[in-house]
Amino acid sequence: MATGQLFSRTTQALFYNYKQLPIQRMLDFDFLCGRETPSVAGIITPGAEGFQKLFFGQEEIAIPVHSAVEAACAAHPTADVFINFASFRSAAASSMAALKQPTIRVVAIIAEGVPESDTKQLIAYAKANNKVVIGPATVGGIQAGAFKIGDTAGTIDNIIQCKLYRPGSVGFVSKSGGMSNEMYNTIARVTDGIYEGIAIGGDVFPGSTLSDHILRFNNIPQVKMMVVLGELGGRDEYSLVEALKQGKVNKPVVAWVSGTCARLFKSEVQFGHAGAKSGGEMESAQAKNEALRDAGAIVPTSFEELEIAIKETFEKLVEDGKTTPVKEITPPQIPEDLSIAIKSGKVRAPTHIVSTISDDRGEEPCYAGVPMSSIVEQGYGVGDVISLLWFKRSLPRYCTHFIEICVMLCADHGPCVSGAHNTIVTARAGKDLVSSLVSGLLTIGPRFGGAIDDAARYFKDAYDKGLTPYEFVESMKKKGIRVPGIGHRIKRGDNRDKRVELLQLYARTNFPSVKYMEYAVEVETYTLSKANNLVMNVDGAIGSLFLDLLAGSGMFSKTEIDEIVEIGYLNGLFVLARSIGLIGHTFDQKRLKQPLYRHPWEDVLYTK
Amino acid sequence: MARKKIREYDSKRLLKEHFKRLAGSELALKSAQVTESTDFNELANKEPWLSSSKLVVKPDMLFGKRGKSGLVALNLDLAQVASFVKERLGKEVEMGGCKGPITTFIVEPFIPHDEEFYLNIVSERLGCSISFSECGGIDIEENWDKVKTVFIPTRTTFSADLCAPLVATLPLEIKEKIEDFIKVVYSIFLDLDFTFLEMNPFALVDGKPYPLDMRGELDDTATFKNFKKWGNLEFPMPFGRVMSPAESFIHGLDEKTSASLKFTVLNPKGRIWTMVAGGGASVIYADTVGDLGYASELGNYAEYSGAPNEQEVLQYARVVIDCATAEPDDKKRALVIGGGIANFTDVAATFSGIIRALREKEEKLKAAKMHIYVRRGGPNYQLGLAKMRSLGEEIGIPLEVFGPEATMTGICKQAIDCITASA
Repeated sequence: MATGQLFSRTTQALFYNYKQLPIQRMLDFDFLCGRETPSVAGIITPGAEGFQKLFFGQEEIAIPVHSAVEAACAAHPTADVFINFASFRSAAASSMAALKQPTIRVVAIIAEGVPESDTKQLIAYAKANNKVVIGPATVGGIQAGAFKIGDTAGTIDNIIQCKLYRPGSVGFVSKSGGMSNEMYNTIARVTDGIYEGIAIGGDVFPGSTLSDHILRFNNIPQVKMMVVLGELGGRDEYSLVEALKQGKVNKPVVAWVSGTCARLFKSEVQFGHAGAKSGGEMESAQAKNEALRDAGAIVPTSFEELEIAIKETFEKLVEDGKTTPVKEITPPQIPEDLSIAIKSGKVRAPTHIVSTISDDRGEEPCYAGVPMSSIVEQGYGVGDVISLLWFKRSLPRYCTHFIEICVMLCADHGPCVSGAHNTIVTARAGKDLVSSLVSGLLTIGPRFGGAIDDAARYFKDAYDKGLTPYEFVESMKKKGIRVPGIGHRIKRGDNRDKRVELLQLYARTNFPSVKYMEYAVEVETYTLSKANNLVMNVDGAIGSLFLDLLAGSGMFSKTEIDEIVEIGYLNGLFVLARSIGLIGHTFDQKRLKQPLYRHPWEDVLYTK
Repeated sequence: MARKKIREYDSKRLLKEHFKRLAGSELALKSAQVTESTDFNELANKEPWLSSSKLVVKPDMLFGKRGKSGLVALNLDLAQVASFVKERLGKEVEMGGCKGPITTFIVEPFIPHDEEFYLNIVSERLGCSISFSECGGIDIEENWDKVKTVFIPTRTTFSADLCAPLVATLPLEIKEKIEDFIKVVYSIFLDLDFTFLEMNPFALVDGKPYPLDMRGELDDTATFKNFKKWGNLEFPMPFGRVMSPAESFIHGLDEKTSASLKFTVLNPKGRIWTMVAGGGASVIYADTVGDLGYASELGNYAEYSGAPNEQEVLQYARVVIDCATAEPDDKKRALVIGGGIANFTDVAATFSGIIRALREKEEKLKAAKMHIYVRRGGPNYQLGLAKMRSLGEEIGIPLEVFGPEATMTGICKQAIDCITASA
């Protein structure tokens, strides 16, 4: 274990396994201390690269992200502290990788539950290579006014309260991370504050021990006294007893070992920390307190008295002129995070997105206020889900069933239509599912599939204006617009489209009113009189019947109906339906392992 | 979680299974486990040696000195074993000041032997120490001066040189065998994340080492690496630690969450109860009540940490309050809801679970004349403390609230003053 100071105001760390909050807390601490450089030089997240945006005071900075320990160390050769936020499963391997880097001097391991045998490997390697391991199972440590590991010392308010933004003259070491924060507060109350504080962690074998740090503190001139908070279990405190007895420590040490309550337990008890286990008499808090007292440490009679012992020890140092008063400074104000300020009601901020159809914040997602469980339990179908998410209301079953029929009828129309063709060509070019799907969807528009909306718009306009079919068709002809929803490539007046017949039959049986459809049929009767192929096609049938659904269900206002027709809901129905077919074509081509499609020369007219 | 004792049966099972894997040779070890649910006929079918050899039976309950306590029976047949077990199963015994029922036995072939060797491996900070003696058995402590110990530093191979001091005095014909055995056992120790292993004694049967008695401890944090190697393994409670339904409920909660939830009743009739955040702080609160001379009134030890969610805190707090308010006796009681200054746990969030529980249990708290003392700091503590204060006013229970300006354990003193003040 090394001799003196581990950190300074220029120490930089690499942070393993990105966690936004602890890093931001480190950077806030840096700003509070007036550091010129952020204390986190780089972040390592396996499998990720790039930058993470964080605040350094008021400014946003980009901290580089590396995918491997080696790469990060090579990129930041001056960063000599490695802060490891890996899980207990991977903490040991990543810590060993860090210890093996020549640039890394100190490794702090946060995870609780690192196997003992793994930690022992780290201890042995660190010992042989003169490196320092802090943890596992720790919050880390802090050098006041200089450098802080992760979440140590908690909130900014607490750091200011404990005057950790400037160095005091007390060196502190404990096992417990939670208690270290409590003690920073206590020490700030009765002395000039912490110079450096380390939590070694609650494991049976911490990477560095209480005495390792006390001996180190003893070599730091600015540290005038030391405070130790030990715990029952293990024999770590005895190495401190030895050091005291051998006269290796020449500054006052105030110590307390917690766990005097263990004798109250009849059988063996495991307390909160892995190392805190009532074992033999030697490992008891009483025996350790006794041994420390005998070796010359200042040991109070209870934890309650610890504060007084620290106070008296410090006052004596002041009396003896062994400490110089600390120059008090006012730390700068840290800008508050928006989320915290909003939570506390101090500020308000406008939102940037509005959503009204679904909500995923509660116990289960809701579609238009209907929780997922009722959707499933009440046996809703896809049509009901469409009505919730598109129309924001539960439509009657005959309506949602109609929607489902439309989806089924429009799901596919063979491989030759332009959408399917594009999808097939794309799939055969080796593209993924989404690319193949969208290349087909991109053909949907005024000439392919887009006629439902137009049919609905024109039929609605003509019917609402009271135009006779003759007036309607002829006015369209004058404008040079073909009547959408009328006309078929193959079907004829004596050979109607089966899909149209099915839709009309369903609507006649189930809809309260089919006035728009009847109007469309009158239009068809007129157009058929002009040419035998001007039959109502599936677009015309869906378009007109949807108008009947909207008007006849009594669940939509006139304005709502106009809006639905206007913003292209019905086209949405076609896009949704046809996606089913296009996905099918993609899978089909991939399953058939079809090679790249190339259009034959013979099929192209090359001309000038 | 940490070092956990395992049953002798499991120690031997692991040794046998992995001896074969790591040494390539079979260890002639045989043992069977007997519990309340054991059907002896079925067991005898599975382990035919039970019917063909003379047997040894002893409790497998994580306590030692069984021979000296008359709990080991030698040279029995299976029927005698069954009746030995029947007489003792579920019966309470007292060992080293701990009382508890015997629930598990281990049955093995009876092995007549001459020499008894001692082997012990302990994981230490910088390596492992291995102790060996030619004078093992129940008198090992009397013969402690004959035990030889070597230390194998971490990342060092256990060479013949390192082993030499252990086996130096052994007769040549067995020296190599025992040295090889110790080496294999050591490699199993490392490979399976043992932290402690003891054979006292092992004998030589047909010239091969044969452990007669064995104790083991595994590092349960290594479960994620070893679940295949360990197989179906149970970490029994320490002997004498019988959990009350409330304690088992919390133990169950603790096993299911990544947070830590601990609860031990010390004195069901105690009048000071604690519910403390943090592994370090919880011990200090219990200490303080004891150090101030009121250990006898301390109802429990309770710790929650590692950011349990509101639902977990709620369930946890309900149990603590139920135990604290059981058997009202018209005398004042105190509930200490304590904690240090949290580093990153959101105090308001954890408190909302406690507050819900306190509100639910209002009647019980009043019936038990409960006074509540709260002390906590950390992220969002102002909000958490304010909510506590308004709860006190709302349900009309005496409730005092302190933040980081007060000492951590000051409320222990107040709790004691409360219960000792004349009612």
